[in-house]
Amino acid sequence: MNIQDYKGVFVFAQQEDNKLAGVSLELVGKAKELAKDLGTEVTAVVLGSGIEDMAKKLGRYGADNVILADDPGLKVYMTEPYAHVLTQVIEAKKPEIVLYGATAIGRDLAPRVSARVHTGLTADCTGLEVDPETKNLRMTRPAFGGNIMATIICPEFRPQMATVRPGVMQRIHPAAESSAKVEHYKVELPQESFNVEVLDIVKKVSDRMDIQDAKILVSGGRGMGCPENFQLLEDLAAAFGNGATVSSSRACVDAGWVEKDRQVGQTGKTVRPNLYIACGISGAIQHLAGMEDSDLIIAINKDEYAPIFEVADYGVVGDVTKILPAFTEQVKRAIAEKNES
Amino acid sequence: MNIVVCIKQVPDTNEVKLDPKTGTLIREGVPSIINPDDKAGLEAALRLKDSMGAKVSVLSMGPPQADVALREALAMGADEAILITDRAFGGADTWATSSTLASAVKKLPFDLIITGRQAIDGDTAQVGPQIAEHLHLPNISYAEEIKVEGDSIIVKRQYEDRYHIIKAKMPCLITALAELNEPRYMTPMGIWDAYHEKEVKIWTLEDLDVDRANIGLKGSPTRVWKSFTKPLKAAGTVVNTDVQDSVEFLMDSLRSKFVL
Repeated sequence: MNIQDYKGVFVFAQQEDNKLAGVSLELVGKAKELAKDLGTEVTAVVLGSGIEDMAKKLGRYGADNVILADDPGLKVYMTEPYAHVLTQVIEAKKPEIVLYGATAIGRDLAPRVSARVHTGLTADCTGLEVDPETKNLRMTRPAFGGNIMATIICPEFRPQMATVRPGVMQRIHPAAESSAKVEHYKVELPQESFNVEVLDIVKKVSDRMDIQDAKILVSGGRGMGCPENFQLLEDLAAAFGNGATVSSSRACVDAGWVEKDRQVGQTGKTVRPNLYIACGISGAIQHLAGMEDSDLIIAINKDEYAPIFEVADYGVVGDVTKILPAFTEQVKRAIAEKNES
Repeated sequence: MNIVVCIKQVPDTNEVKLDPKTGTLIREGVPSIINPDDKAGLEAALRLKDSMGAKVSVLSMGPPQADVALREALAMGADEAILITDRAFGGADTWATSSTLASAVKKLPFDLIITGRQAIDGDTAQVGPQIAEHLHLPNISYAEEIKVEGDSIIVKRQYEDRYHIIKAKMPCLITALAELNEPRYMTPMGIWDAYHEKEVKIWTLEDLDVDRANIGLKGSPTRVWKSFTKPLKAAGTVVNTDVQDSVEFLMDSLRSKFVL
């Protein structure tokens, strides 16, 4: 392998139901930074069916080139057809870096592709940077449940591949127009690629705001005591109004108190709202890994030694069931006053 | 039916604590366990064995201490346990680990391979799909439910906001989520058998047909360049007072940060 032959930063721009995943735009934003340090371009690769209009959006968010692999066989994600096409694109274009979202799709597709093209893959990265001397990609990720961080390199194989957790990188402010060059990649899927059959697709309907989109998260942990007490969190979130919603620690999801899509942390979602209010959350390292980059963190917990207080900007030791109703009233009053003035 | 289950022995990361002074990991006294997703995979295999009859072989790659995890698998009801251990396998990343495990699986008869989705120490979720790739088999990741129908397996495959019901012809590989089931406990008889009647076979480099260039540190495309503990954020202000003052404090904090 001649490493010099590999050029460009590629992003696997994931879509489902012809809607681009948020992480795809975050990755394009990060790729732009890396490409600048390397003096190269960003290429977004979309696989799907009827995906034409995604090219513009990717261009506005920073892609210099967009490759569209448009085929009815790629409409619904299946491991092998996707791995087959993406491997072909990689072998034809020889990118030096390929980024994927660390999603249920990316974490299935990327390892298959890495084994097939024989290159390294670093999972769930939270930091990516170019080594100024060697130009290698430094990929930083948590290990041991977030207890330690490791920076990984892939010096002798190309492309250097990484999955990145959604919510970690920031998308750029989109340009008004896209100037991306669009290439329609000719897809040829052998029949053997269809080695599994999708019998049914069941979507979980949620009319609630995605916790990754919230500006304010009111988050509850085991210390809430019982699922009924989550109403106190709902009340506080409602008092803050638009942009606020309720999230949770893993313990409450495991106990069946709240839905999995509300979970913050290592095995849940990474969030960085303007305000994170942790109620009855002790702050296991796996939870902290998912929220510690929030702009402002408030913690309420009855255990004064709870680790959550180590990351909180403001902490209150006390009983959440007593403090929350009073706090909610005050927030309501303050917002009402603000609206009057 | 022959089922091969791959398990990893991991430190219970929920028990790992940081030394607040040095910022290093305190590993002493941290128990080793079978990785939770892998244990759910093993349980799924044992349930198929209970319901339709199957031979369950358990593989683990690791240091000699991983023997304990394999004995636990035997005590739960696995028929055969194999420890893949050799200094030459040390320092392997997921690519090299999966190529080693794939070469071990190849020596066994199998219809179904089950791995956990990911291990709690590394959290990569790569080894399962990579084993499938090395063996040119279909894989279905993130299995929440599985059932066997004739020569096929039907899996409820989890995604963020949906699930797919996927059917694949065996042989194939699936990666199990801890949510799949509640693993059984070892029985006293099982434990006795695991230590007195059954054996943990040892396979070393010589037992496997694997290219030396594809194993261990040398066969690993990725390297750890450095590892470190996260710098702790400066502690904020914490108050311990009555409800009224606490709420007043919270309101002042929000006002000072212009949230309200």
